Amino acid sequence: MAIKPAGTLYRGKVGMWSWVLHRISGVGIFFFLLVHVLDTALVRVSPEAYNIVIESYKTPVVGLAELGLVGAILFHGLNGLRVIAIDFWSKGTKYQSVMFWVVITVTVVAVAGFTPMHLARVFGH
Amino acid sequence: MMSVTIETPNRPRTRKQANWEKYGWLFMRVSGPLLIVLIFTHLVVNLVLGDGIKAIDFAFVAGKWADPFWQVWDLAMLWLALIHGTNGMRTIVNDYAGQVKVRRALTTTLWAVCALLILLGTLVIFTFDPCPAGASAELLASFCPAQ
Ligand code: HEM
Ligand code: HEM
Repeated sequence: MAIKPAGTLYRGKVGMWSWVLHRISGVGIFFFLLVHVLDTALVRVSPEAYNIVIESYKTPVVGLAELGLVGAILFHGLNGLRVIAIDFWSKGTKYQSVMFWVVITVTVVAVAGFTPMHLARVFGH
Repeated sequence: MMSVTIETPNRPRTRKQANWEKYGWLFMRVSGPLLIVLIFTHLVVNLVLGDGIKAIDFAFVAGKWADPFWQVWDLAMLWLALIHGTNGMRTIVNDYAGQVKVRRALTTTLWAVCALLILLGTLVIFTFDPCPAGASAELLASFCPAQ
């Protein structure tokens, strides 16, 4: 049987998956931001143009996607603080795994709290 | 144990140029915490408070940007998020683009898009007219004279 290397800070386990999630969430937010600066720029075209496009933010499909965006920003931001702590705090590497699960928990709790409120608005009248 | 004598020992590496890669690394770590405050507040104000997403329209934006506080807020968020995001994308391009030509093309494109959007977004904030003449009154904020 091949020997499976144990996880390190970077390979396998929490270190690697937090990095993968950080990367994917960063790219996702980046592309959202490109679109978002353009849709906001429509306020300089006319009130009508802006309102028509921003209405799409209130449709069910985009409304659901916004939950993903909020989750991505929460995870990326909080995990960013974790990365900074690993770099600058002397106990950072010791607690990196604990900090990862704190990041996940806070993200999940915050999204769970936001979801009913947001969906009531998106699906309500 | 025999000691090894090096005839012409290397001097420690010295640099003539600024270490841009290090400044980029630092910038990610300085802009990050600032972006947490800027973006999390942006999301609470626009998605959680009041009627959240349902309340957003031209008049909502007019209400915010009539206040210099939110103009400066959004300006900081625009610049920091775009530079942070673009520099992060550059890191990813460096990781995956094998050929020098491809890497250069992608990196140049990224910074060009970044500069264009910063310019556009900045102009939008400072040339914004909350009460444009000739617009129908029901689309405008309550403080507009047309109301
Ligand atoms: C679904 C979530 C979001 C909604 C509904 C939303 C809504 C808005 C609105 C209404 C404005 C106009 C001005 C204002 O209200 O301050 C705006 C501007 C802005 N937003 Fe968002 N936003 C969202 C998410 C984000 C995220 C995640 C970011 C950062 C990555 C962001 C970055 C910006 C920036 C930089 C501006 C200024 C744009 C400019 O200068 O032209 N927004 N957003
Ligand atoms: C909410 C606050 C944010 C924090 C605290 C934060 C933190 C960080 C940190 C510390 C890094 C460096 C990671 C490393 O060197 O390993 C990073 C990378 C990155 N960030 Fe952010 N960030 C935030 C918001 C954003 C936004 C708004 C975007 C997109 C516009 C973004 C896109 C990226 C990308 C693409 C990377 C590169 C990821 C990689 O190399 O794998 N981030 N972020």
